Amino acid sequence: MLDKLKKMIAEKFADAPSPEAIKQNIAEGQIWKSIFRHGYPDTPRNRVMAVLSNVFLHLHPVKARHSGVKMSYTWCMGGLSFFLFLNLTVTGILLMFYYRPTAEYAYYDIVALREHVPLGIMREIHRWGAHAMVIAVWLHMFRVFMTGSYKPPREFNWVIGVVLLVLTLLLSFTGYLLPWDQLAMWAITVGTNMARATPFMGYEGPGASMIQIGGVHLVHGGSDIHFALLGGHFVSEATLIRFYVLHCVFVPIVAATLMAVHFWRVRKDGGISGPL
Amino acid sequence: MHYILDAIDFVLQPWSYFIFSVIGFWAMIKYREKWTEPDFAVKILWVSIGFIIFSMVYSTHFRDIATLPDNVPIFLMVYGVGFFTWLSFRQAVVNDRRIAQGQPPVEKETSDKKVYVWPDLVYIEFIATIIGGVVLLIWSLCLHAPLEEAATPAWTPNPSKAPWYFLGLQEMLVYYDPWLAGVVFPTLIIIGLMAIPYIDKNPKGSGYYTFNERPFAIVPFLFGFFILWVTLIFLGTFMRGPGWNFFGPYENWDPHKVVVLNNVNLSEYVWVRILGIGLPTNWFLREIWGFLVIGFYLIGLPPLLTKKVPVLQELLEKLGVVRYGVLMFLMLLMAALPIKMVLRWVFNLKYIVGIPEFFFNI
Ligand code: HEM
Repeated sequence: MLDKLKKMIAEKFADAPSPEAIKQNIAEGQIWKSIFRHGYPDTPRNRVMAVLSNVFLHLHPVKARHSGVKMSYTWCMGGLSFFLFLNLTVTGILLMFYYRPTAEYAYYDIVALREHVPLGIMREIHRWGAHAMVIAVWLHMFRVFMTGSYKPPREFNWVIGVVLLVLTLLLSFTGYLLPWDQLAMWAITVGTNMARATPFMGYEGPGASMIQIGGVHLVHGGSDIHFALLGGHFVSEATLIRFYVLHCVFVPIVAATLMAVHFWRVRKDGGISGPL
Repeated sequence: MHYILDAIDFVLQPWSYFIFSVIGFWAMIKYREKWTEPDFAVKILWVSIGFIIFSMVYSTHFRDIATLPDNVPIFLMVYGVGFFTWLSFRQAVVNDRRIAQGQPPVEKETSDKKVYVWPDLVYIEFIATIIGGVVLLIWSLCLHAPLEEAATPAWTPNPSKAPWYFLGLQEMLVYYDPWLAGVVFPTLIIIGLMAIPYIDKNPKGSGYYTFNERPFAIVPFLFGFFILWVTLIFLGTFMRGPGWNFFGPYENWDPHKVVVLNNVNLSEYVWVRILGIGLPTNWFLREIWGFLVIGFYLIGLPPLLTKKVPVLQELLEKLGVVRYGVLMFLMLLMAALPIKMVLRWVFNLKYIVGIPEFFFNI
C-alpha cells in the first residue's frame, strides 16, 4: 500500500525539480543576484564576498584573528551594547506612536500604553533594555581595559568609547523624565540641581558672581546653565519637551554616528586586539 | 534571626562599609590565585546568593527595596561585574603562570590564525542576538516598568534619588559641594578615562589578559570602578534613606530620624580651637589654612612623593614630566574622595576651604 503510494508520487513528480535544484534556481535567479552579489555555495570566495558586498556586514573585516572572535575574549559586550541600542531604537519609535510630550498628556499616554495597547510590553523592553545597555557598556569598557586594548594604535577608539559611554548615560537620564511621574520628575530634579553649582555658569557656582558688567550680574537664576537645561527654574513642561527632543532625536543621532566611527576604527586599528 | 540582622545593621556604618570594601578589594587582588579557581568561585557565588535569599526572607524592608522594579537591574549589574571580574582575572592568572614559565599567553595560540568573519563571527553574533533578545523579552514579560503617581511639584518624595547608575555621584554630595561632586569631579572622571591610553605607556599586556604585567594600571582603575562606583551605588540604594541619612541594610527607614550634624570647618578648628583667637572677618585670612592645605596637596605633595618613593621616581623617568604630572593630578583628585570621607568620619570636618560668600567650598 505504502509502496504503491510512494511509487505513484514518484511517478507523478518525476520531472519536478529536486530541492537542490530549487535552491540552485533561486540562488541564480535575477532577484537573488540583485540582492546578494555573490553565489550561494560555501567557498572562501563567497565568504569574502558575503562580507564585502553587504553594507552592514562591511563594518566587519573579512577575516579576523581567531583569538579575537572568542566569547571568552570580548564577552560579546560591545556587540551586545549595539544590539541593545538597535532594540531601543525600534521600541523607542513604537513608543513615539503613542506618546505626547506635554504635561497634560505624557503621564496618561504612558498609562494608556500599559492598559490599552495590545501586547503592551514595548515600554518594558525599552526600559529594561536601557538599564541593560548601561550595564553592557560598563562591562564592555571593563573588558577593553582588562585586555589592554586601549594601547596603541587603539587609543583614539577608547576616547570615542568614553564619549559613547557618556552618551549612553545621557540617553538614560533624558529618557528617565519622559513618563512624567513622581519618580521621573524628582530623579531629574535631583540630577539637574547640580547644574546650578557649575563654576562660572551656574548662579550658585563659584565664580558666577565675578561675571558682571558694571555691577550687573550676567549669571543669575534666570540666565544660568541650569535655566538653559530646564527651560525654566524648575522641572516643568518646558523641560519635558527639551528632554524629549534630546532623547529622541539629538543624542541618538550623535550616538549612532559615533558608533559607526567606533566600529570603523575597530577595523582600521587592526581588528580586535590580540597579542603581538 | 533578627539578632543577625541587627548585628549587621549595627556593624555597618559609612566608614565600616568603606573599610570592608577596601579590605575586600585588597583581598581580591592579593588572593587572585585562589578565588579564581572555579571551585572556589562557585562557593563564593553560592554564599552570596544564600546571603541575598536570607536577607529577602528575613527582612521585609530589604525585600521591599530590592524588588523595586528600577532596583532589580542592580543585581544584574552586581552579578555581571562579579562574573566578568572572575572571568578576566581567571584568564589573567592562567596567562601570568604561563608567562612566568616563559610561554606566551593563551590568546597567542590562536591569534595568528585568521578565520572568516562570515560565518565564524557572524554566527556568534547571531546567537548572541537571539539569547540577548530572549532574555530581554522574558525580563520584560515578568517585570513591569514602574509608574508612580503623576508628577507634581507640590510633593517631594523623601528620599529623592537619582537613577541607580548615578548614585555614586549622589553619594559624593555627602562629602563635597555640588560644584565639585556634581560638576567638576564628573568632568574629571570623563577626562581621566579619556587620558588613560595616553598616560599608560607600558607596552606590555596589550591584547591579552594579564595582571602581573600591568598592576599599576589595573589596581587604580579597578579601585575607582569597584570602590568609588559600584559599592557606592549599592550603598546609595540600600543604605540611604529619608534625608539621605545612613541606615543599615535591614533597618527601617524612619523619616524622623535626626542625625546631629556637628561638622566643623578647618578654619574654625585652627582659629578657634587651636589658636583660640576667633575667626578673622576677612575671608581670605580666615581660609588661609585651607588654601595652604589644598595648595600643598596639589602642588607640594607630588614632588615630595616623587622624591621619597623610588617607584614613582622610576615612573617619572619612564613617562616624562607632562604625562607624569597629569597622572599625579588625576590620582590625587581620585584620592580626594576617600580622603575627605575619612576626614569627615574621624574629625567631623565639613569644609577644608569654606567660603559660602562665593559658593566656594571644598
Ligand atoms: C554604546 C556604546 C558602545 C558600543 C555599541 C561599542 C561597540 C563596540 C564593538 C562592537 C566592538 C568590537 C569588539 C567588542 O565587541 O568588544 C568595540 C570595540 C572597542 N570598544 Fe567599544 N562600544 C561602546 C562603548 C565603548 C566604551 C565605553 C569604550 C571605552 C571606554 C569602548 C572602547 C572600545 C575599544 C578600545 C575597542 C577595540 C577593542 C579591541 O580591539 O579589542 N567602547 N566596541
